[in-house]
Amino acid sequence: MNAFWIILTGSLVASLCGILGCYLVLRKMAMVGDAISHSVLPGIVLAYLISGTGASLPMLAGAALLGLLATFLIETFHRSGKLQADAAIGLTFTFLFAVGVIMISLFARNAHIDTDCVLYGELVYVPLDIIVTQSGTELGPKAVWVVGSTLCIVTAIVIFGYRGLFLTTFDPGYAASLGISTAFWHYLLMGMVSVASVVSFESVGAILVVAMLIAPAATAYLLTERFKRMLILSVIIGCSGAVGGYFLAVWLDGSIAAAMTVVLGVQFTLAFLVKGKFFRSVNKTIFSRAAK
Amino acid sequence: METLLEFLSFSNPNVRYVTAGMVLLGICSGVVGVFTFLRKRALVGDAVAHSVLPGICLAFILSGTKNPVLLLTGAFISGWLSLILIDVITNKSKIPADSAIGLVLSVFFGAGILMLTSIQHSGNAAQSGLDNFLFGSAASLMKNDIITFSVLCFAVMVTVGLFYKEFKLISFDRDFAFATGLPVRWLEILLATLTVLTIAIGIQSVGVVLMAALLITPATAAYYWTNQLPTMLLYASLFGAAAGFSGAFISYTAPGMPTGPWVIVVVSLFAFFSMLAGSKGWLKRVMLLKKNRQKILAENLLKLFYHLGEPENNFLQSRTLHDLQEKRKFQETDLNAGLKFLIKKGWLQKYENGWKLTTPGKSEAQRIVKIHRLWELYLNTYLKIAPDHVHEDAEAIEHIITPEIEARLEKLLQRPEVDPHEKGIPYGS
Repeated sequence: MNAFWIILTGSLVASLCGILGCYLVLRKMAMVGDAISHSVLPGIVLAYLISGTGASLPMLAGAALLGLLATFLIETFHRSGKLQADAAIGLTFTFLFAVGVIMISLFARNAHIDTDCVLYGELVYVPLDIIVTQSGTELGPKAVWVVGSTLCIVTAIVIFGYRGLFLTTFDPGYAASLGISTAFWHYLLMGMVSVASVVSFESVGAILVVAMLIAPAATAYLLTERFKRMLILSVIIGCSGAVGGYFLAVWLDGSIAAAMTVVLGVQFTLAFLVKGKFFRSVNKTIFSRAAK
Repeated sequence: METLLEFLSFSNPNVRYVTAGMVLLGICSGVVGVFTFLRKRALVGDAVAHSVLPGICLAFILSGTKNPVLLLTGAFISGWLSLILIDVITNKSKIPADSAIGLVLSVFFGAGILMLTSIQHSGNAAQSGLDNFLFGSAASLMKNDIITFSVLCFAVMVTVGLFYKEFKLISFDRDFAFATGLPVRWLEILLATLTVLTIAIGIQSVGVVLMAALLITPATAAYYWTNQLPTMLLYASLFGAAAGFSGAFISYTAPGMPTGPWVIVVVSLFAFFSMLAGSKGWLKRVMLLKKNRQKILAENLLKLFYHLGEPENNFLQSRTLHDLQEKRKFQETDLNAGLKFLIKKGWLQKYENGWKLTTPGKSEAQRIVKIHRLWELYLNTYLKIAPDHVHEDAEAIEHIITPEIEARLEKLLQRPEVDPHEKGIPYGS
């Protein structure tokens, strides 16, 4: 049963990140996603201090706020500070991350934060934290409920806001001319990425969530030209990575989340070799040599 | 104060090592970081910092010991591999560069964590301390580490000194470097080697994420103070060293405080301050903008006084606010501010019911009107623009033209008498 819960949580996280990742990759904002997933750390610590527990509403709010703050800082440094985009991203997230680490070492005694867990998560503990109703029925792990409900909300936003997100991603100028606010969808997306980072951090950790965000989306991007297909493929790839990762981790006796990342990397490599220009360019050189 | 003195006396060898180590590392990464910053590859440093982890773990698995040289070699190789992969993915597929960086970073890091956890669960007693590579442990710096850092620093300085001109060229104009026949690929490989080496060595004391910051942030702070590469290199290494020093001091005064994160916080504060108040910073830019606006407003007002005086050839007559507003509409606040500024400059005098040009004010007004009309004539004669289309352009350029260009215009047009609108061009007496 534990294996089922772990794989289910991993798949839910992968689906959640896979959907959002498609937008990040196409908007060329993958590294902003990376920055957000690091920057939520102080928010998580703050929320831990205030509420004393993880995965609660204040934590979500705190972390989402920090994620938006990071986005805002990056934009400000880039626009008003005239700083090149890559340095703006690097400056912002390393600073916020350092603040988070300092806060952990300041308050670690008061709140039971495991630094390792924050950074690379521990899916093994997921089945231990089970929600039990007053009548005594077991409802399954808390993480499943939290990630699952976030996935529902994000899916709803993506379906009902499909046009806005789609247009602002592919042609911001056209979207603006139709009266669609690019800033609104930008910050909405960043807000969703922040929330996704937080709800995922307990299971896969703040750093490996980046792999969940980027790898399935990048793999799907290689395999198709159609956006809707890319979204679906990204979810499928993410879930299969979660399943494969679980068994790899059992075999090697290592971190489950990390193993999932490795499987995602392998999947990308396969897609890259089959679909990328890599094979074609190799073929081309072979053929042109043969023709000579 | 006492703690500061105690700290500065360096009587504690541990303090000595930590401080020396952090300062040396700050200098190295400051210098290397300037080049990654200028080549817009700041985040590649972040990727490499994450990617050294699997190399370290693999070296440990294969050798079974924590031999620093072996671990370093492993770190170096996997850091290098990540750089190559990022390049291949970006060039050989439609994946955008930043996605490629994020992908390689996270997958390598994941592979590293998988190996690390696998090693930890294997129960090998020798493994304890391997996870220092994640968060760094500046407090455990030893004499040997300081020697390593010094060697690294020396190597970085010598390499940058030897290839200074070449590095400068590939940082600012890669295409030109290619065109001049420089071995750009090799130089880039050399620069990348320095970067990977600095990261691989520094990671033990500050950890993965914070190593990225040591490369990016000092260079960012230095960027706001100068346009010169040597000065930028100097500032970046100074910022790096100062941050390393303060980080060591803070963790000394407050035991239990991690050194690495404090170094990052301090150097980030330097960067924020520089961005705000540096000589290329936000405040300077805002002030320059304001000064420019003031100059344009003042010159437009002077011109207005000249135009008012032109019909009766009476330039030194006093004008009321009403006269001015009738000829050209200004915003009330702008008008008052501009008049005040001109009085301060000594170009206007205030009378009971108005303002009047002074003699220097008149010649300044004349100069602007002259440039305006010369430019109109130039556009009309040489660019064949119709006379009714030249005014707008002249309105903008009159505030910019230097005395040298003014003289050349005058010579080119052979000191003309009238502009395309048949208005006289005033020359100084």
